[in-house]
Amino acid sequence: MLGSCSDPAALDGLAWLACYLTTGKHMAFYGAFGTVLLLLAITAPAALAFGFGGAVLARSQIAPLSWLGKGYIAIVRGVPDIAFFLFFVIALDQAFEFLRHKALCPGWNQPIWQGNDFVVCNEAKLPLSSAPQWVHESYGFGLAVLTFAIVFGAFAANVLFGAMRAVPHAQIETAEAYGMTPRQTFRRILVPQMWVYALPGLSNLWMVLIKATPLLFLLGVEDIVYWARELGGTKTPQFTDYPHGDWRMWYFLALLVFYLAFTRVSEIALARLMTRLTHGQATVAGEAQRKAAA
Amino acid sequence: MKSILASAAVLALSASAALAQDVIRMGTEGAYPPYNFINDAGELDGFEIELGNELCERAELNCEWVSNEWDSIIPNLVSSNYDTIMAGMSITDERDEVIDFTQDYYPPTESAYVALSEDADFEAGVVAAQAATIQAGHVAESEAALLEYANPEETVAAVRNGEADAVFADYDFLKPIVDASGGELMFVGDPVPLGGGIGMGLRESDDELQTTFDEAITSMKEDGTLNEMLVKWFGDEIGQY
Repeated sequence: MLGSCSDPAALDGLAWLACYLTTGKHMAFYGAFGTVLLLLAITAPAALAFGFGGAVLARSQIAPLSWLGKGYIAIVRGVPDIAFFLFFVIALDQAFEFLRHKALCPGWNQPIWQGNDFVVCNEAKLPLSSAPQWVHESYGFGLAVLTFAIVFGAFAANVLFGAMRAVPHAQIETAEAYGMTPRQTFRRILVPQMWVYALPGLSNLWMVLIKATPLLFLLGVEDIVYWARELGGTKTPQFTDYPHGDWRMWYFLALLVFYLAFTRVSEIALARLMTRLTHGQATVAGEAQRKAAA
Repeated sequence: MKSILASAAVLALSASAALAQDVIRMGTEGAYPPYNFINDAGELDGFEIELGNELCERAELNCEWVSNEWDSIIPNLVSSNYDTIMAGMSITDERDEVIDFTQDYYPPTESAYVALSEDADFEAGVVAAQAATIQAGHVAESEAALLEYANPEETVAAVRNGEADAVFADYDFLKPIVDASGGELMFVGDPVPLGGGIGMGLRESDDELQTTFDEAITSMKEDGTLNEMLVKWFGDEIGQY
């Protein structure tokens, strides 16, 4: 990276460290922090959308829709995350390729499953094998986001389902008495008021989601845990300009600080959000706010 | 007549589709120096990367490397996420039932025990090995208690911090580590010959690619370039073709 880093063995102290911390490998490590933040930024709203959909379905008056919503919540909440993650990458990927294969290669005359092998025609591969590496990586990342969204969406659905029922029934009855349709009642009365009941549960989920990001590695995405382990491992002089002993402890310490700082910032932000949502609500905290202002 | 023509067209189409596969994706672990590892620049490097690139050049294939952790390296091959494995994978009967191998590009060699002291109990003590390797299989069948780790680096770390009495792995993986340890680590006991050499793993249905790579390996064995590469990465002691 830096011009003076051509012969690291001759350096010592801070100069060595500066060169060491700016190798291409470390840059990939720093980049991985961006990957994790990006994953959170996309997954959180996606999971919330899944959760909202699941909760609305579960509340539905139409029995099959309600079964679908409740089934989704029950199944995903009941299966261990890790099993789900391992199952999903392979199963989801194969399902997509299978459908594309059926659509794109009607003339294919070989079986798709040949013994242990899963073989589809080249046109059906996802991504195409001719696609550049970044497409493959984005696809893997996309699968990860989808898997996280489905898993955390089920928990969010359960939280929102409960929150919707926690809104005082008198509010709904009053809305009906004013002549609002069920749809209007839902949009104007139920949804705006449910967030205050949902937030404690959702903020818990957010914390768990932050801590679950190392599962990315299971999905084949090179995340910060992967790089910390790779960089921290003992390096022998034959294969690197920067030989060192087992430094995994220091790298994991850095991760610990990162995660702690990140969850702390989240806690502060969520506490502020809670204060805002509580404003004017018929809850104990809302009442306290009103009295303090008066 | 029409159906014969149609089926001939289908055959021709599928044959050309297999040939026209413009990029071969090569899977490796990236954590097993000198076979394959990630260098300071964050790129894959090592004996198998150099060899694989040369093989692809000879076979006139366009190759792209993919790193994948060892545990799931075979499942991801058979589900077609990449097309080959070059990851220091020894040819064994158990693996041959699931995938196919090319001829070996790295001769059968010995595995060895490494410990902190000469009198370490590698025969009946706790021995670390990487999960799903021939070394792990060997330790499991011996008197010793097997301690498995997901990646090779951790097996050596286990000996350094006292969790295991010894580590059992490929001699050529351990040698640079022992050399660099300044006397902290040492080889103990006799080396054990294991496995049928290292070959490139492919899907059983991918016969064409197997033949292509077999030919490329043969040509490298014949003109001596493979031997040069072996010496470059593993030193003069390495067995040659």
